[in-house]
Amino acid sequence: MTSTVTRPPVVPRPLDREARRNKARFYDRPGWFSYALLGVFFLAAVFPLWWSFVMASRQASDINAVPPVVIPGPNFFANVMKAFATVDFAKALLNSIIISGTIAIAVVFFSTLAGFAFAKLKFRGRNPLMVTVIATMAIPTQLGIIPLFMIVSQLKLANSLWAVIIPGLVSAFGVFFMRQYLVDTIPDELIEAARMDGASMWGTFWHVAVPAARPAMAVLGLFMFMAAWTDFLWPLLVLGPKNPSVQTALAALAASGGHTPDYSMVLAGAVISIIPLLILFLLAGKQLIAGIMSGAVKG
Amino acid sequence: MSAVTAGRRTRSQLSFRQKLSNFDYKFSPYLYVAPFFVLFALLGAFPIIYTVNVSLYDWNLLKGQGDFVGLENYATTLQDPFFWNAFGNTISIFLLSAVPQLVMATIIAAVLDQAIRASTFWRMSVLLPYIAAPVAVAVIFTQIFNQFGGPITGLTEFFGLDPIRWGYDSFPAHIAIATMVNWRWTGYNALILLAAMQAIPRDMYESAALDGAGRIRRFWSITIPMIRPTMIFVIITATIGGLQIFTEPKLFDSSSNGGSNRQFQTIVLYLYEMAFPRRDFGRAAATAWILFLIIVLVGLINYAISRTIASQDITRVRTPKRAALTANGVRR
Repeated sequence: MTSTVTRPPVVPRPLDREARRNKARFYDRPGWFSYALLGVFFLAAVFPLWWSFVMASRQASDINAVPPVVIPGPNFFANVMKAFATVDFAKALLNSIIISGTIAIAVVFFSTLAGFAFAKLKFRGRNPLMVTVIATMAIPTQLGIIPLFMIVSQLKLANSLWAVIIPGLVSAFGVFFMRQYLVDTIPDELIEAARMDGASMWGTFWHVAVPAARPAMAVLGLFMFMAAWTDFLWPLLVLGPKNPSVQTALAALAASGGHTPDYSMVLAGAVISIIPLLILFLLAGKQLIAGIMSGAVKG
Repeated sequence: MSAVTAGRRTRSQLSFRQKLSNFDYKFSPYLYVAPFFVLFALLGAFPIIYTVNVSLYDWNLLKGQGDFVGLENYATTLQDPFFWNAFGNTISIFLLSAVPQLVMATIIAAVLDQAIRASTFWRMSVLLPYIAAPVAVAVIFTQIFNQFGGPITGLTEFFGLDPIRWGYDSFPAHIAIATMVNWRWTGYNALILLAAMQAIPRDMYESAALDGAGRIRRFWSITIPMIRPTMIFVIITATIGGLQIFTEPKLFDSSSNGGSNRQFQTIVLYLYEMAFPRRDFGRAAATAWILFLIIVLVGLINYAISRTIASQDITRVRTPKRAALTANGVRR
């Protein structure tokens, strides 16, 4: 449900280390000022997260301490328990894993299938259809929520996870992304050879395209998981308080105390909502960066 | 399958297996692209188009379809001062987030586009905010900008300044909301710009340096012109996303729909208020279509601008590498 547009393709970046070794390539030598600047950006990126964790481990009244609190206190688990008691975070985490996992797998599968056909198979109408895919990437489909909400109510899917999963099953961006990757990755001769050997089309897809596409599938899956995990407007409309996603649960937690909620409890909830993606980021951050830098762009 | 087997005489010399294989090669591609098109038509295209239909009726969330009213929902929306308030707020928040974000992202990218030590660490650290969902970002920054006692209020008190009413006054609220957007997206956009910078041939810098161009001069005369197509892309995505901002202003004061006096109600929040608290689907659908048209219009303007810039570049610089880069750089 996120809008996307294509961006100019770029040549894959050379490794910095390689570049430093290679005298022919010209890189500026950074001065202390560059590192100082990076240090400031690092602090700006980390401080809000760290401060949330610190607040989540202390008591609500520490919120206006000057200077802001930076040392964790002893109450983290107590605050987490309070958050779990206020909203059903356990269910929300499970729901979000199911929703994001299903969407990621479905999008990767459908996108690889269509991307393979667009990249390597010849069929009548291929080019106009591909242009259609690219054109649809720029459409803000989020604005179709009114009829989509009516469809979901008609089908009696309100409050069910399907209401969130079904609209996320396909992505024009995913098709475009897989097509771009496969067009250069698989040589046409390989497809021909598979056919000469009597492989069926499905066999060619499964034994030639899928193994070649694996790195791109992983990156696309990662992006789709994150996009589904962080989505808010649509789950807010179709998931009730009894069957929340992580984001709707956190929003409910933040609203639980009116204008003066228990800040420590609310921020403990925020920390919980971030932890799964933080783990994913620590495990696959490099792939994520490579994906963003190679043109895997979600707007 | 029988239609294929009952082929002409010459074709019947092919074995059944071969015919099956031909059939497979002819029709499989359609089967492979079909799931995307069918699902997109049902879940992406149809709702957007059906929104037009809803917008032409008196349509209540609970009572359903009512009388046909023509363009009345559009007229009412466009005459509603609250719509224009939401429009102004959206533009204000968008400008407060897009402009500083682009400047900061370019600076970060330029710093990272050097022979920096531990480059993976720095790249990961600038991307870190991206993993926090907008809801979490909004929750955290709502506390940071808490006007009754957040860290920023603590700081203004400490320096003896008048407290800033972040949650009440329009402009401070816009700054707080734009800060959320900036915090989450700056590093992400910096990486996109960094990728573009790394694609610039290094010998361009080298010869410029030999000709006596300093660092700043090289940045303005080589880096910026070379990454312009990517910058345009970043601006376009930021615009499409920025015009649809919802989560941050919604959660900045979750008891209202964009502030007690709509100080930070955006267009999508206005749409939300029409559709759900007010149950007026007709008005909400009209709002959705007005916003849809605004986004398409902005997209087309951007497209025209980027085409003009790209064609100028091609005539100005004739090296094949450069020409190829800009030709591909145009948004399709």
